[in-house]
Amino acid sequence: MLTKRIIPCLDVTLDRAGGCVVKGVEFVDLKEAGDPVELAKRYNEEGADELVFLDITASAHGRETMIDVIERTADEVFIPLTIGGGINSIDAIRQILRAGADKVSVNTSAVKNPDFIKESSDIFGAQCIVTAIDCRRNPDIKNNPDKTILELEDGTPAWYEVVIYGGREATGIDAVQWARKAEELGSGEILLTSMDRDGTCAGYDLPITKKLSEELDIPIIASGGVGNPQHIYEGFSIGKADAALAASIFHFREYTIKEVKEYLKEREIPVRL
Amino acid sequence: MKRIVILDYGLGNLRSVQKGLEYVGSSPAISRDPEEILAADGLILPGVGAFVDAMKHLAPVKGIIEEYARSGKPMLGICLGQQVLMTSSEEGKLTDGLDLISGRVLRFPKSELKVPHIGWNNLSIKQDHPLFEGIPDNSFVYFVHSYYVDTTAENTLAACNYGLDFSASVVNSKGNVMGTQFHPEKSGTIGLKILKNFVEMC
Repeated sequence: MLTKRIIPCLDVTLDRAGGCVVKGVEFVDLKEAGDPVELAKRYNEEGADELVFLDITASAHGRETMIDVIERTADEVFIPLTIGGGINSIDAIRQILRAGADKVSVNTSAVKNPDFIKESSDIFGAQCIVTAIDCRRNPDIKNNPDKTILELEDGTPAWYEVVIYGGREATGIDAVQWARKAEELGSGEILLTSMDRDGTCAGYDLPITKKLSEELDIPIIASGGVGNPQHIYEGFSIGKADAALAASIFHFREYTIKEVKEYLKEREIPVRL
Repeated sequence: MKRIVILDYGLGNLRSVQKGLEYVGSSPAISRDPEEILAADGLILPGVGAFVDAMKHLAPVKGIIEEYARSGKPMLGICLGQQVLMTSSEEGKLTDGLDLISGRVLRFPKSELKVPHIGWNNLSIKQDHPLFEGIPDNSFVYFVHSYYVDTTAENTLAACNYGLDFSASVVNSKGNVMGTQFHPEKSGTIGLKILKNFVEMC
């Protein structure tokens, strides 16, 4: 039986000396904490099903450093690796895949130029191309009759608006329509992040997760808001997601991946243990 | 040291397969040189992408691969590399494969299940074969594919279920030409063990 995937996400940035560090991680042993490769190895040992590295520097210098991190990770960690953050050219994708990554996630560049999804999918295969969609609830349904209206937890209606540049810019694009288009253009998966929930530890945004999981034929990775194992359980049981992405609960060792998987297994969610 | 060649036919990422083999103590060469292929103790056919493209890229070395397979030395196709070992595929338009193992490549039918089949699924091991030496039944391995191999029980080393049972690993009657639909190089310690088994067969 196909199992639900647990995917730790590492936000990777440059420190002042130009080295690569994982943002937001504070460990006693700083040397280990700072190195994304060490953290990737730990997650692999704990039973992560895949890994995502998000390059939040996304500068030319950052890219070179990222390539080094990918190579060093792929030398030792033999599970799928996805790289995202500022990827906007075929050349960049080629470099990243050559370094040993298996997939790239495209976000702002795809919203700006949807054909980028098709072009990259045609060259590298749909299985390589994850479209990352960042979205935010928009309660203004009166002036947006063409949008997909969903019912929120409290019964009020809203549509979900795609946001770009890490949430700094709203686009007026309907997230459900955009996801459908991304599928048509050749995405292999959708990584859905709720900007309302990201960093809140209040759980995934379930209405939009469920809607996309039911609408699309490609897998949906839920992201944004995980604070405990129950949130991940709800992402699968209510949100119908195929995979669950989380960052801080794993980085800060609040829970190990194994503990989360055991929690899910007790509740009859199929996982790889 | 056994000479393992990873066939470079211009498709896909060869680095992960190479690193996986290095991790289990081999030092594979990446090559498309006919002499080097024929002199190899083991041959790996990697591949991601589309079947039609793969066959186009394989055309110049098709005869060499057939000759290698006849020699009885071990050969392993991974993912699309397994699919091209078969008789034909319906991906794109009906296209002939290498036909080293008889069987067809079909698309997963429309259902409530997502396609591609992406993620970790368990194997049902069907035959005693050195490739699966020491691999427990029901082990999880990593898949990513939209098309699957349909072949006979004799040609199936391991099966997997995703809406239907399909051949997750295939073998020819001689036992030297093998394929895995999953990615051993992305399947953690189980996958590395399978790669190690292959190297030991060489």
